[in-house]
Amino acid sequence: MTRVAILGAGPAGLAAAEAALAAGAQVTVLDEGARPGGQFWRHRPGLTDPRMQHGVRRFEQLQSALAGAEVHSGAAVWSVEPGEPGEPGEVGGAVVLRAAVGPADGARREAVVVEADALVIATGAHDLALPIPGWTLPGVTTAGAAQALAKRDGVSVGRRTLVAGAGPFLLPVAQSLALVGSTVVGVHEASRIGALAGGWLPKPWQLLGKAGELAQYAGALARHRIPYRVGSGVVRVLGDERVEGAVVAQLDADWRPRPGTERVIECDAVALGHGFVPRLEAAIMLGCEVAGDRRGRFVVVDDGQRTTRPQVFAAGEVTGIGGADAALAEGAIAGYRAAGVAQDDQRLHAALRVRDRMRRFARRLETAHGIRPGWTAWLDDDTIVCRCEAVAKRAIVERAEVPLRAMRLATRAGLGPCQARTCGRAVEAIVSEARASAAGVAAAGETVDGSSSSAQGGDVGFDRRPLLAPVRLGELGGSDRPTNGEN
Amino acid sequence: MSAARNARGSIRSTGATGLTAVPAAVEILVEGETVTGRAGQTIAGVLLGSGRVAWRGAQHGERGVFCGIGVCHDCLVTVNDVEGVRACQREAVDGDRVEREVRE
Repeated sequence: MTRVAILGAGPAGLAAAEAALAAGAQVTVLDEGARPGGQFWRHRPGLTDPRMQHGVRRFEQLQSALAGAEVHSGAAVWSVEPGEPGEPGEVGGAVVLRAAVGPADGARREAVVVEADALVIATGAHDLALPIPGWTLPGVTTAGAAQALAKRDGVSVGRRTLVAGAGPFLLPVAQSLALVGSTVVGVHEASRIGALAGGWLPKPWQLLGKAGELAQYAGALARHRIPYRVGSGVVRVLGDERVEGAVVAQLDADWRPRPGTERVIECDAVALGHGFVPRLEAAIMLGCEVAGDRRGRFVVVDDGQRTTRPQVFAAGEVTGIGGADAALAEGAIAGYRAAGVAQDDQRLHAALRVRDRMRRFARRLETAHGIRPGWTAWLDDDTIVCRCEAVAKRAIVERAEVPLRAMRLATRAGLGPCQARTCGRAVEAIVSEARASAAGVAAAGETVDGSSSSAQGGDVGFDRRPLLAPVRLGELGGSDRPTNGEN
Repeated sequence: MSAARNARGSIRSTGATGLTAVPAAVEILVEGETVTGRAGQTIAGVLLGSGRVAWRGAQHGERGVFCGIGVCHDCLVTVNDVEGVRACQREAVDGDRVEREVRE
């Protein structure tokens, strides 16, 4: 029986598990969350408002399918390695995963070693919040934090929340905030009408399946009287010991603030979401090809969601930001393929159709809402970019000419506990812009990104990390014996 | 913002959701002070529900929740004498002793 390991239990991982089980595989799911669902399904019946959650019925189906799998929730997977090559005639490219399983960051977690014939990487993405002067003040969170706190904990950080950034994800965040009782003083979308029209309008039929959801959010904004502004963003957060307000400004097509358009909005919380960063650590550790540049670096997969490493598949946001529907379809494809089902098997047909439609949707998202290079204009020289080590923009610019690794060691940017997960993309953008400006290039546009070292083939910038998940020193090592499939 | 206002906000929102059952309470000790949350909440959720927005010292002022999903490590607390626990990831358990940390 093919042993399939699945890393992540969000929509992609759960769909992969369901498909692999349906194909007769022995499935082990490892997920860092306290319970399956990922960032998408986090509602807690009896604790939080069910209106915040989409696709509950599908989640229930996926959960009941999981009964046939070995599931490790609360699993900090800290290592993923190729295993011993298979015997001749057997499936090769086995994978070994090591995890500490138990309460998050607990001291005495159980060591779990999972050996598998195939792996599905479904590690998802986290929010990308660009640095803004004042963004380390308590009360500033990512949009994803606002969403998680509302859906999972039923709380909001503030009573008056300003939501800002880019992309349709801001809309459900605003709705969730309103449902937990925070007044949403505005949703500020950085992209301008032109970009939004370019992304959304030419082929409206591609929005089938999404249009209903968007219309529902628009209705929620209207019901809660939440103003929605385009071509607008937070350029400064105000406050002494916590958020007391925010300065918003109109942004041009490149997200550069338009001088003279600034105005102060009173609020006690700011939720920022300018995009998403895929969680590539496992794929990079296994040597899967990752392509793109700092504006969008993703695991390369073929039509069957296969990575460039044998028996390693990837699905969901690690292969491109496309949302839960894309992740569900990709997960199903990856799960069937990992279990040995052929690409032309009819069980894959429906998922393949959805995936291809959702990939077009993802391209339109990027066209409409992708981060534009002018955002660095809202930074001050002393704006903290690396939150962990309190490294200011100035320090990064001063060392922009040295190789990225040397710059990190000199400034400590990206070397704190989060390992550059929070600031990596921003630091790369600042370095790229500073190099371009030193080279006499007028603006940090397309050509700059193409010529910067962070965009060279095979360079993964700040995304390579020695450990996948934070674990305590005592948890490293331990048993080499696989713990899956023991019973 | 005062603690009372935030707490009231949370309670009001619960009432508006039409939840069928009132979730059980969970009690934790924050710097020796008893703080009540709802069973199932993370430590960050309990702290925010009690009106706290910051609980860790950093180089330039206090920090609380930033990413909310275990990525940024801004919200670290000491739980039952174990340092470096992400408050946004750890579910609160009755009797947990939570202490602030300082990292400069």
